[in-house]
Amino acid sequence: MKSIKINYKYRIGKNIGFQALITVLACGCVVPLIFILVYILKAGITKINWHFLTNLPKPVGESGGGIANALVGSMIIIAIASVIAIPFGILCGIYLSENKKSKLAYWSRLCIDILQGVPSIVIGIVAYFWLVKPLGGFSALSGSVALAIMMLPIIVRSTEETLLLLPDSLREAAFALGMPFHRVILKVIIPCGISGILSGVMLSVARIAGETAPLLFTAFGNPYLSTNILKPMQTLPLLIFNYATSPYNDWHDLAWGASCILLIWVLLLNIFTKLITRKWKVQL
Amino acid sequence: MSSSIDNNLITRPDQNLGRVISSITTPVSKVRSTKRIKRSYRHIRAENVFRRTLVIVALITVVLVLGILLTLVVQSTLSIKASGIGYVWGHVWDPVRDIFGAYPFILGTLLTSFLALFISIPFSFAVGVFLGEYHPKGWMPNLLKNTVELIAAVPSVIYGFWGLAVLVPIVRSFETKIGVDPVGLGIFTSSLILAIMIIPYAASLGRSMIQMVPSNLKEAAYSLGATRWEVIRSVIFPYTRSGLFAGVLLSLGRALGETMAVTMVIGNTSLIPKSIFAPGNTMASVIANEFTEADHPVYLSALIELGLVLFVVTVIINMIGKRLIKGFTN
Repeated sequence: MKSIKINYKYRIGKNIGFQALITVLACGCVVPLIFILVYILKAGITKINWHFLTNLPKPVGESGGGIANALVGSMIIIAIASVIAIPFGILCGIYLSENKKSKLAYWSRLCIDILQGVPSIVIGIVAYFWLVKPLGGFSALSGSVALAIMMLPIIVRSTEETLLLLPDSLREAAFALGMPFHRVILKVIIPCGISGILSGVMLSVARIAGETAPLLFTAFGNPYLSTNILKPMQTLPLLIFNYATSPYNDWHDLAWGASCILLIWVLLLNIFTKLITRKWKVQL
Repeated sequence: MSSSIDNNLITRPDQNLGRVISSITTPVSKVRSTKRIKRSYRHIRAENVFRRTLVIVALITVVLVLGILLTLVVQSTLSIKASGIGYVWGHVWDPVRDIFGAYPFILGTLLTSFLALFISIPFSFAVGVFLGEYHPKGWMPNLLKNTVELIAAVPSVIYGFWGLAVLVPIVRSFETKIGVDPVGLGIFTSSLILAIMIIPYAASLGRSMIQMVPSNLKEAAYSLGATRWEVIRSVIFPYTRSGLFAGVLLSLGRALGETMAVTMVIGNTSLIPKSIFAPGNTMASVIANEFTEADHPVYLSALIELGLVLFVVTVIINMIGKRLIKGFTN
């Protein structure tokens, strides 16, 4: 009788112990993230001012300077990548959701899965051989293509999954009215699933905004302001990488400021996406 | 009849025009029907164009992946011919003497990835169990879930910079305490950074898998007098085994291919690391560091062969992971 009671207490104690352990570990995950966020914001926020946003980086030895070239470059490269990847990704997602069983859909889905797991540096290598070598030099365009390849799987997946969630009756009702296929898709299906598609697009933009590896041998970086997409261009992550690994304190300051801006940008995009999906899901 | 129509036309021309014309003239309605036919032809044509575009787009994704593989294979043939299979086992990487052995980098990659996995698994499983079983609803767990997902959103270059500025000095002082070379940079530091970065992948997958465990299984165990921990250990873990393993594989795939954060804190030497505190290099970080410096074709080709190995390995790992998830959800 006594041993059963002890055993009982032991089991309850073990249960409580493990619950505590799991709670501690689960909450412990957040600690490094908070450390990083606080550290970067503290180090970076003091560097950010109007001068920092609108000036070019100064050469070694002069303090001050800004990151205007990286901001402009990031915007241009992300914009071009989006223009390439968004229509392509949405169309592919539509194909996959409309032809669930076809052989091409199977292979296409497989390839999208593969693409999602490809290390970013490998995509950089491939973009180098597809665009940098034939065009004869590093260019922003090649960087955009590399980033577009990285965006693609996220957009395709989110589009496909959103469209599969829509009820078939919607489609059937539209077909019953005699609408042609493309109109059913473009005027009925896409507007109904726009929240999911949009969140996928924003997530993909957030993901590529911080990508450095594929840009190392494509966009390459440029200390001057450039808007020519066939020439090397600076982006925020490249600037952070180059200046963070340099031995100069002034450049480290620039890198902290740039990290802070990049971090805020990416986190805002992510949080905004979450809010959008939550809000629109309620309305659907 | 005709006069009244005329009168109507004169008095209220706008309102009656349409009706009048359609009632008296048959040719006009014929024109209309041909118009309608033409329109429907146009629709059909547009429909076909649209369908064809979709097929072409889907084909392009397949071509894209094949193209990536083909490019890597073609560009690395030079190195494959030069070093053969010994490439994987060669202990020396010396571009000046044209000796290319990838063993130090393969070892470095495996060491960092598995060490990172080893550190992160308890945390990611804890998050999975915490959110999937203990607290599936409520604002606090929701916050935790979103925060953990944000870990994956922070750009890797920022992790690298933070690691360089904060983690490296900490590791250095730790190394002086335990009496190894206080470099700071090295395999151990990059594993720590990687461990933080890969937590969310296994965690979010684990959470959704654990939520899928049928409640009658759990209730049966409770009714036999099991405590919550016993239910987790002997019902939930065995049931979700393959799903949890898939999450680990996806994390591993991430860790293998991670470039920037590792490049910044691993120390970048081509020597074989002597311990886990020694500096080293991973496959991805070697490519990032040396690709633009590669001055002769064999050197470049050897780097691309590293990329090819990385590509094949990550693809295989990801495919197994995806298969497991699919098998679990069906």
